[in-house]
Amino acid sequence: MAASSDNATDKGGFRVWLNKRLPVDEFVASQLTGYLAPKNFNIWYFFGSLALLVFVIQILSGIFLTMHYKPSELMAFDSVEYIMREVEWGWLIRYMHSTGASFFFIMVYLHMFRAMIYGSYRAPRELLWILGMLLYLALMAEAFMGYVLPWGNMSYWGAQVIVNLFGTIPVVGPAIVEWIRGDYGIADSTLNRFFALHVIAVPFAIAFLILMHLVALRQTGSNNPDGIEIKAKLGPDGKPIDGIPFHPYYTIKDLVGVGVFLIFFCGVMFFVPTFGGLFLEKPNFEAANALSTPEHIAPVWYFTAFYAMLRAVPDQQMGALLMLLAIVVLFFLPWLDRSPVKSIRYKGILSKIALTLFVIAFIALSYLGLAPASDLYVILARVFTAIYFAFFILMPWYTRIEKTKPAPERVTYHG
Amino acid sequence: MSDEPMKAGEEVDLSRRNFLTAATVATGAVGAAFTLVPFIASWKPSERARALGAPLEIDLSKLEPGQMVTQSWRKQPIYVVRRTPEAVAKLEGLGASLKDPSSEASTQPDYTKNAQRSLKPEVLVVYAACTHLGCLPKQYFTQADPEMGADWPGGFFCPCHGSRFDLAGRVFNGSPASANLGIPPHSFTSDSTLVIGIDATQGAA
Repeated sequence: MAASSDNATDKGGFRVWLNKRLPVDEFVASQLTGYLAPKNFNIWYFFGSLALLVFVIQILSGIFLTMHYKPSELMAFDSVEYIMREVEWGWLIRYMHSTGASFFFIMVYLHMFRAMIYGSYRAPRELLWILGMLLYLALMAEAFMGYVLPWGNMSYWGAQVIVNLFGTIPVVGPAIVEWIRGDYGIADSTLNRFFALHVIAVPFAIAFLILMHLVALRQTGSNNPDGIEIKAKLGPDGKPIDGIPFHPYYTIKDLVGVGVFLIFFCGVMFFVPTFGGLFLEKPNFEAANALSTPEHIAPVWYFTAFYAMLRAVPDQQMGALLMLLAIVVLFFLPWLDRSPVKSIRYKGILSKIALTLFVIAFIALSYLGLAPASDLYVILARVFTAIYFAFFILMPWYTRIEKTKPAPERVTYHG
Repeated sequence: MSDEPMKAGEEVDLSRRNFLTAATVATGAVGAAFTLVPFIASWKPSERARALGAPLEIDLSKLEPGQMVTQSWRKQPIYVVRRTPEAVAKLEGLGASLKDPSSEASTQPDYTKNAQRSLKPEVLVVYAACTHLGCLPKQYFTQADPEMGADWPGGFFCPCHGSRFDLAGRVFNGSPASANLGIPPHSFTSDSTLVIGIDATQGAA
């Protein structure tokens, strides 16, 4: 497997020596300079690499937080305050991590929306989409357990609400809840194991899934805004005419994205780290108290759409089930879309209306999940929940009957 | 074993090989499954947690009618209310507005499955965890409380998702919670000493 052209044992220096033992050049050639991506990527194609960047930021800042944080019921809240006030630059590292959590979801939601508008989940990329969905699930688990660690009152009561969701499972529910908590309530044991899962188990799973996501991407190749396969039009050299090497073209392009991203990221981290209570909720600046519920329990913004669905159902078991279904249905997206074209550019008016309504419903539900559960809001949540599910359930129908435009032969730069 | 070519009559016995492969895989799988036991069991409440969950004695002699105390047992907050005689009398007529008036679909010890959901008519002992998602319902004991409306008989209101309960912890129609507040195992060792965590013997006063 060594670089085949350099057979001389003592010529070529370190690089040859290295490549005979570790296929560095071959890896770069096959995965970066030789990986051809469609040449018509637009702004929506920044968010995958930016999500990866946030992952790196989270690992880095997280490692340094664990050096000062104490995962115990008695010390957790104080150790976070200690990081904020007494550890040199501790406030920066902690805000980097908390801002990173919200930006992770912003990047992932934009990345998923990109896949939805350009049909990137369609064959042959179903598994790529499913691996991405598994990443999204792992990220949700990671974010939830991370939110419990500061042991503020919202951490505590958020854990209470989420862990109790498992109690709605018939028959074994209560036993599972006790097993998850390791005590008769959310306790030290719960905090300690969430810490272990948050810093070791789930990050490992996420790293592995990212690797699988990228391997699957290399196998199918990237989709593009026109939703056509560049591999269908090969040049005389047998390579796609509309493909350009990922490196240097897209690495350089992504660097521009990184620059813009860092402006926003640092802006939040330095000037509005709590983002008005959206990124760090106000009740979490009080220590956990089992005998005092916050006036109004709401998860962090990235979960509120699903939380609104939970509250929209009068029966808790059905509510939990509906919330689960809202995520499960996303896994089936590749098979629900029956349109002859992939990209929204060539789909018909029904798909465009449906996707617009879906985005409105998701944003509205996210807002309603943050707001108190008044009568009007519960009714609105029901309406938007219905729209959310209708988008998926009716998809096989509206994608088939609508009139689509023909997809172009070659990729385009606008349209 | 050796690189010599196989001689006639030395064909691989495939069924034997497949059996051995299957037997090895099965043995390994059983071993792996048993290895999981300590890891999964390590998540259960520890000896210390179980010891800390021991019964709790509460003196009720200073609890006036209409008052409530909050206690914590096994990390779960528990409300102990001494109901006024008027409040106890009012419980009877609420049936139609409740989801589960006779507590059929709710969890409580058998000795509290009665009209007042209690051992003594005036003393209510309930888990202070909303059966919806575990928030603490707040006390709204005043009849016709201005926040709760003119027909409010007194009870609990959960600020999280708006579940409402009467003074026997029974859930009102239109609440997201579907069961009445749970009742912990409890008993009285004297007229004013409540013990949470030990069941009352059936029929005791």
